[in-house]
Amino acid sequence: MESLNLWWTDLLSGNAIFTANTLEFYWNGLTTTVQLVFLSLVIGLLLAVPLAIGRGSKRRWIKLPIYAYTYVFRGTPLLIQLYLVYYGVVFFEGIQESMFWPIFRDAFYPALMAFTLNTAAYTTEIFHGAIKNTAKGEIEAARAYGMSKRLMLRRIVLPSAFRRALPAYGNEVIFMLHASAVASVVTIMDLTGAAYYVYARFYAPFQAFIFVALVYLCLTFTIMFAFRQLERRLLAHLRPRES
Amino acid sequence: MIDLQGYGPRLLEGAWVTFELAVLSLIVALFLGLLTASAKLSRNRFVHGIGTLYTTLIRGVPDLVLMMLLFYGGQIGINMLTDQLYDAFDIDIFINVNAFVAGVVTIGLIFGAYMGETFRGAFQAVEEGQMEAARAYGMSDWLAFRRVRFPLMMRHALPGIGNNWMVLLKTTALVSIIGLTDMVRVAAEATKATHEPFLFMVPVAITYLLIATLSEWIFSRLTQRYNAGFGEAD
Repeated sequence: MESLNLWWTDLLSGNAIFTANTLEFYWNGLTTTVQLVFLSLVIGLLLAVPLAIGRGSKRRWIKLPIYAYTYVFRGTPLLIQLYLVYYGVVFFEGIQESMFWPIFRDAFYPALMAFTLNTAAYTTEIFHGAIKNTAKGEIEAARAYGMSKRLMLRRIVLPSAFRRALPAYGNEVIFMLHASAVASVVTIMDLTGAAYYVYARFYAPFQAFIFVALVYLCLTFTIMFAFRQLERRLLAHLRPRES
Repeated sequence: MIDLQGYGPRLLEGAWVTFELAVLSLIVALFLGLLTASAKLSRNRFVHGIGTLYTTLIRGVPDLVLMMLLFYGGQIGINMLTDQLYDAFDIDIFINVNAFVAGVVTIGLIFGAYMGETFRGAFQAVEEGQMEAARAYGMSDWLAFRRVRFPLMMRHALPGIGNNWMVLLKTTALVSIIGLTDMVRVAAEATKATHEPFLFMVPVAITYLLIATLSEWIFSRLTQRYNAGFGEAD
């Protein structure tokens, strides 16, 4: 115990890297990462629901453009999409004179846009797969009740599809958290950006990156735990009965 | 014809770097994945623990952070090691970390963890009766692995390998951040110099889509091959 105490005090007094100043850097990085990921996930989710319904439509002029969108955004690296939005946004006619320019001049919003488009594409495919796998009996039962298509979608198909999509969506959330690390490339000070700054300032790669890796690990486990709890509640009817 | 402002040849070279990097890391990842799967299926608790620790840690941390850690930390780590060698044994060597090798090792290490999970599931899906039958025929362990367990396992592993390959291909874009000149790096440099993002980024994106489409075709052919004898439904 004595030696452990000594080791602690030694570690805390002898380190020049993890001072209040750098910890604040990491903290700001954490809030930026969480904001970016949370906002893009929420907006992406809202976009993905109608897109997933349209993706399963029988009309080709609805189905094909959505398929092309998901194919392109799932088939290319997020980094390229980020570069395209970040450098390409100035090419929209008149954006520099418009009221939106102060928003888009900041790297945060182009990054948010690229991330949103990316996660919306993946989420659309996840929901589309879940909707397609709706049990035939559920649809037949809904029809037998005389439900209209719209009512059936709202009351039967979507709720059951969302539940089935939950495990895959949990993976997508974790994937998005990890993918958000590329935001540091376009001057955003997210968690990875903060770690890179600390590395460059003190030339201490191990301390800087292992610390940030642990932070990401905690975030990942928190998300995994939250989704497991959610699955336990919402998928309780699919669990084998405990004897 | 599109005018690439003289960046054409460099973009092509970059595309080749991307392709080489992806294929070599895939080989490393497949090898590590088989090793990890055997470790996780091992009855030895220590070996099992190492396998679990490896897959959990790697899959919980962003690729880019791991890449930066291994790339920036790798040189310092190796220098410390060679310094100790010099102090202890008077052996004087200097090892320079090559960016390309570091990229292959890092991506291989990351995807080895994902492949490990894929292979583990696939090995477990092979019925024990098949292996018992092979042993009853008097096949040696290696022959039984090669002729019975491996081909049967591949049938279950192929969809997972295909998915991992698609993610791996896109992950190679990250090496441009740590200084390797792949096609994304060339395109980013050209964009900064000419302010023409669409001119350079769109062809690069199309190249990724082409490689992805081609691999999808190859994987569907392979799936057909390993599904031979199992009918259409499976």
